[in-house]
Formats: sequence, C-alpha cells, structure tokens
Amino acid sequence: MGTSGKFLALEGLGKTFQNENESKTVLEGVDLELAFRDCLAIVGPSGCGKTTLLLAIAGLIPPTAGTITFKNGSLRAPEHRIALVLQHYGLFPWKTVGANITLGARLQRIEVPNKRLRSVKKELDIEGLDHLYPAQLSGGQRQRVALARALLLNPLLLLLDEPFAAIDTVTRERLQNNLLNVFAQRRFSFIIVTHNIEEAVFLGRRIVVLDKSTHRINAVMDNPGMGSTGYRNNPLFFQRTTELRGILEGLE
Amino acid sequence: MKRRAIAVYSATIILIYFAWYALSLMLGSNILPDPFRVFARGFEEIATTAFWVHVEASLLRLLAGLFFAFILAVPAGLILGSNQRLDRLFAPLIYLGYPIPKVVLMPVIFVIFGLGDLGKIVLLTMIIFFQLLITTRDSARKIDREITYSLRSLGGSKLDFFFHVVWPVSLPGIFTSLRIGVGTAVAVLFLVESIATSEGLGFYIIDSWGRAEYATMFVGIIALSIIGIVMYEIFELLERKFCKWKSL
Repeated sequence: MGTSGKFLALEGLGKTFQNENESKTVLEGVDLELAFRDCLAIVGPSGCGKTTLLLAIAGLIPPTAGTITFKNGSLRAPEHRIALVLQHYGLFPWKTVGANITLGARLQRIEVPNKRLRSVKKELDIEGLDHLYPAQLSGGQRQRVALARALLLNPLLLLLDEPFAAIDTVTRERLQNNLLNVFAQRRFSFIIVTHNIEEAVFLGRRIVVLDKSTHRINAVMDNPGMGSTGYRNNPLFFQRTTELRGILEGLE
Repeated sequence: MKRRAIAVYSATIILIYFAWYALSLMLGSNILPDPFRVFARGFEEIATTAFWVHVEASLLRLLAGLFFAFILAVPAGLILGSNQRLDRLFAPLIYLGYPIPKVVLMPVIFVIFGLGDLGKIVLLTMIIFFQLLITTRDSARKIDREITYSLRSLGGSKLDFFFHVVWPVSLPGIFTSLRIGVGTAVAVLFLVESIATSEGLGFYIIDSWGRAEYATMFVGIIALSIIGIVMYEIFELLERKFCKWKSL
C-alpha cells in the first residue's frame, strides 16, 4: 500500500455510553487521518476518551456517531490487519508464552513459518521463554510478548494503549527504542495512546491532544524530528515536550 | 503427590491411630474396637468378594452422580456466566433452588425414580449440581474486559471466546467445587445407601452396626473415607496439571 489514499480516516466520530439511568459522552466530532507508515500519539487528561478512541479504531467499540474508514472501507468490527496491544498486555495467563504469541495466528488460521516466528522473537529479545507463563515474566518481557503476538499477524496498523505505563523508566525507554526499530524495519502504521509527554513526543510524528471538557481534539502537533533513538537528546525534543506540556496544562 | 503432602497425610494417620487407640482403651474395646483389631478385620474383609461388591456399588453411584452433575452443571454454568441475559432469566430459579436442602427431597425422589440405583444417583447429582453450577457460573463471570478485547482483536469468534477464555478461567473454580462436592457426595452416599438397599458401603456400615460388629463397621467407615480422600486428591492432581498457571 502506498502512502497516498485514505489509510485510516475518522470523520465526526462520537461515542456516548448509555445505561438505564444516564448517558455519558466521551467523544464528539473527532476528525482524524493517518497515512500508511505514519505514527500518531494520542494524549490527554485521564478520562478524556483516549482508550475509547483506540478501541473504536480497533473495531471493539461501535461509535454512536461518525465513521471510521480503514483502507477505503468502512470499519465496524475488528479487522485482521489491525493489531492491538493493551495496557495490561492482554496476555492470557493460562497460556504459555509460546501459545500466547501464536494465538492470533491460530485463531485467524494463518500458517506462520518457524523461521518467521523465530525472527520475531529474536527481534524482541524473547527467545527461550516459550514454556513460561505470563506470571513468570517481568513487565518488560510481558510487553514484548504482547508486541510479538501483534507483529506476528503482520498488521498494517498497530494500536497501543498505554503499553509502557506499568514499566520502570529504563525498561520503558528500551521498549520505546524497540518499537521504533521495528517500525523502521517493517511496513505498518501505529497509534499510541499515552499519558506520558516524553513518550508521545518520542513516538508520535503527530501528537493529538484530546480535551476532556469538549470531548474533541484540542490540538494537533506536528513532530517531524522524531524517528531515531537519539531524538531524546535533541534540543527539538525538549522544545516539543515543553510545548506539549503547555497545551496539556492549559486543559487542566 | 508432593513430599510435604505425604508427610502431612502420614502424620495425620499416625495421630488418628494413637488418638483412636487411646479412646478405645478409655471406652472399652466392645464400644470402640482398637485400630489394630479393625485393620486385622480389614485385611480379612478385602479378601472377600462381598466387600468389593459393596465398594463397587458405592463407587459406581458416586462416580455416576459426579459425572451427571458435571456434564449438566458445567456447561450450564459457563453459559450463564458468560451470558448476562440468560443469567438474569435463570437467577430466580437458582436463588430459590440452591438453599433448599436437596437431601430432604430424598423420599420424593425415591417415589419418582425408585429405590434402586437411579433414585440414589439422581439425588447425588442434584446435590452436586447446584454447588457446581454456582461455582462455575461465578468463575465464568470474572472475566477481565481486557482479555475479551484481546481475544476479539486477535480475530477470535464467540466459540473461540468460550474455549480460549471462559473454559480456562472457570476451570480452577470447577475443580474446587468438585473437591468440595466429593465431600458432600460421600456424606449423602452414606445416607442413601442406608435405605432400601443391600449393596454399597453405606449399607455395609449400617448392617455391621445393626449386628454389633463394630470392627467391620469401622472397616466400612475407613473404606468410604478412603474413597473420599482418593477422589479429592485426584481432583487436586488434575487441577495442578491443568491449572498450573493459577499457582504461579
């Protein structure tokens, strides 16, 4: 797929949760586009609808207004070329690491050559963990297993919901570098939801700020300098984080 | 079985043996035969075919009760636990049915299903059924939303959800319930076998008691206890094998 055309487009997206007694609007009139091989970070205060937006793009939550277009087709249910990595990894505690990694491929009846399986594990440094259960892994290892499971499906779009939130700083930065390296070598786009300003600036070529009070996009920040692991030491990185912090503080 | 479990069992057996021996000395051997006499009688009994007929009858009823309760309660519990609408529909029936002591329905069940094996198995099934149903349903309810999203995003269907999520999540609860159920079932087995039958360890115990053959009566009590312990351990072993992740 080329970089032109509507890879992912959200038009007037809205989501209102309704139960017997009340209704709660989380998203309203969200317009967003993402090109193939692009990367986007979504930030905003807690409860602004970041995860809801991501789950809607994953086809897991039906929007109450607007449309989502993926590869020029309307998206209403989970799509096999869209992979999701969740905050608490979404691993199945009763399955071994090996079974967790291959589960998506098994469910979608995709034959994965052993060579490819080995290369994904090597890429993410999780070789030799197959027989272990998720409970026996560290937070960083769990996250890499979840990432391996997603990448094994050869996704065109990778969605990450605060994937490094529960991980210590050093491991988090290593995993961010990991993601960036994988992104440079493969052909996919990704959207990362995060509450971490540095993470958003390090991983998002564009950064979308959601506003909790209006349920809409408050700002979109371009961040063309990102893309290398050395970006963290670049003065532009500090400039962007300061700008983003200013926008977020304005929302409080 | 782990070394620790063997040590605990051995220590318990030795403790019971000495407590029993001391008590038999206090009460007199006619009321409470000493353990040595009971074991000697036990060795005589296990050499007879009649004894094994009783064991076989009890085992058959117990296993049949557990089997039918399992195949009825587990699928029902899994379906109710993963389907809120059905759960709401059947909740009043379960709330009403569970607290009723099923054992008091024994005469009714015997009238409907007869005094033979069928009536006894139906009662055992009914008692274990509710216990197993509620535990399975409650276990199936405890499914993390993230796991649901995870499976759906990986392309899992409703059937996949059942086999890859609902079943493994519920399995530890099912084994716990089966272990508890064995204890209840053995107690009920004794009761149902003490009425209108000439086979089974319940009958064997009551018959020996009636004939004042206390050593034989204790042989029956020990045999019934061993059945309960062995079944309990089998479920424990199965849980350890199939739910390894739970103990990590």
